[in-house]
Amino acid sequence: MAKSIDITDLDIYYGDFKAVEGVNMTIKAKAVTAFIGPSGCGKSTFLRSLNRMHEVIPGARVEGKVTVDGQSLYDSAIDPVEVRRRIGMVFQRPNPFPTMSIYENVLAGNRLNAKRMPKATADTIVEKSLRGANLWNEVKDRLGKPGMGLSGGQQQRLCIARAIAVEPEVLLMDEPCSALDPISTAAIEDLIHELKSDYTIVIVTHNMQQAARVSDDTGFFNLKAAGQPGHLVEFNPTKTMFTTPDNPDTEAYISGRFG
Amino acid sequence: MTALLAPSTLARPRLPRWAPVVVAVAALAVAGLISLLFGWSWIALLVVAGLLYVFALPLWSRVLEGPRAATDRLMTHLVWGSFVVVCVPLLWLLILVVQKGAPVINGHFLTTSMRGVIGSMPGGILHALQGTIVVTLAASIIAVPIGLMTAIYLIEYGRGGRLARVITFLVDVMTGIPSIVAGLFALALLVMFFGPAFRAGIGGAIALALLMIPTVVRSAEEMLRLVPSDLREASYALGVPKWRTIVKVVLPTAIGGIVTGIVLAISRVIGETAPLLVTAGYNDSMNGNLFSGRMTTLPVYIFNQYKTPGATPLGAHAADPPGYARAWGAALVLIVIVMILNIIARIIGKIFAPRY
Repeated sequence: MAKSIDITDLDIYYGDFKAVEGVNMTIKAKAVTAFIGPSGCGKSTFLRSLNRMHEVIPGARVEGKVTVDGQSLYDSAIDPVEVRRRIGMVFQRPNPFPTMSIYENVLAGNRLNAKRMPKATADTIVEKSLRGANLWNEVKDRLGKPGMGLSGGQQQRLCIARAIAVEPEVLLMDEPCSALDPISTAAIEDLIHELKSDYTIVIVTHNMQQAARVSDDTGFFNLKAAGQPGHLVEFNPTKTMFTTPDNPDTEAYISGRFG
Repeated sequence: MTALLAPSTLARPRLPRWAPVVVAVAALAVAGLISLLFGWSWIALLVVAGLLYVFALPLWSRVLEGPRAATDRLMTHLVWGSFVVVCVPLLWLLILVVQKGAPVINGHFLTTSMRGVIGSMPGGILHALQGTIVVTLAASIIAVPIGLMTAIYLIEYGRGGRLARVITFLVDVMTGIPSIVAGLFALALLVMFFGPAFRAGIGGAIALALLMIPTVVRSAEEMLRLVPSDLREASYALGVPKWRTIVKVVLPTAIGGIVTGIVLAISRVIGETAPLLVTAGYNDSMNGNLFSGRMTTLPVYIFNQYKTPGATPLGAHAADPPGYARAWGAALVLIVIVMILNIIARIIGKIFAPRY
């Protein structure tokens, strides 16, 4: 079920501005891949281009190839909606739907697509997803309460539950812990470890310890200079990356001697 | 007192607590004296007293407390004063309408039309009430879908493109169209199809819809703009198509504000007289058919009762003609309807507000 992603010569633009340039990498299936790098270097932009969320922004476009399971995502025949169904996403800020309860939020992916299902099936999906997101025990008695009433960390786990409820093949996470306290962060990192057995996970983070803790592979993005497009400096197994990186820039960034 | 003597103290002289009361009483007394001298009415007295109070207290404060505190007091007074000035005509209007209208309203007034009513015979507003409801409902049925879909286009699809800018400009122009022009346009439109001298409720509905559309577009646009793009992206990321995202996520999130905007647009046009006068005309009898026959609405009814009030009954000297009383009664009913609509808008806004 989990799929690997091949990226070749990917350039990403906002209008005329080239934000990311010449990315080549292979994201392994059933593994966690982390992207690190300074702000504005295009990590999030690159992540969003992996499930065609990038083009939601007016004027945004992509050149190059992203291949999942032999299919090029940016082929004209590809339906972006179908892509996003297979490649789910968790955002930086928790964004549960304010008009829906916890239960409805988890089922949103199914309900919004007008999938009809018997109550028992729906209940099973909700329980499975919430258990998967380590949230079940905290919310099982108040599934009918609004999702916005949860704490920040709980909301973020609710968003993860919502993303895995549609059973995607890949899960993209854009700084999922940056708005959370250390305890919620630990909960989500544990969760990422568990989810690894079923999903391909790609995570953007500013926290290098987090990248070291959760990921199998790490990519380091950087800017050549202000106003220049971001590019992939190094892509290696996390262990190599944090012990003997190939590139001196990577070592400088990781050890804190940046710039 | 030691605090006051020390030069580096944080304390500053303050006006005593009772200062505003003293100044108010003094202002009233002075104004009373002046108005006694010149023989002014009590309204002039209140205005003079108010002005005196607004400026006298800051003056005293300036002497004792210094310029910053004085400016603060003056501005506070001006803000409060503006609030009072705004409230006075509103309350006055309400009191007057209730005073003049309430005695007229009874079961008979609300349940009969003006059919066959001459002179001071008891007449009613039922036909006008029916006309108002039918015409306004028809106008909403035309205007709400058009307005809402325009707003959705502007926010979700147009995104500041050339077409969206042109539409926004045209909507702004439409906001400024005088209502009588909308009425004439609706009349001309119907005359094109049904021949000259065609009068029916539908013409009024079209004219009112023209007046409603810009309000609906504007308010719905603002509400849709307030929906965070996070929610749209969350929905897209779940593999939900754009149209479903709009229908199931964006609209429900904004529905409270949109409904409020629609109801306010309705209560805005429900009191229109001129366009209905030219399109729907006037009629003494019940007419529930939008497409044939003249149809009276409450504002037109009020206008007509004032224009042709009937003769004052014999023996009742100096009394107002019977039409005036009916006009006030109808005005009260109209105000009550608008108020009910506003209350409904508030309740709906509360019910559909996103839950936190």
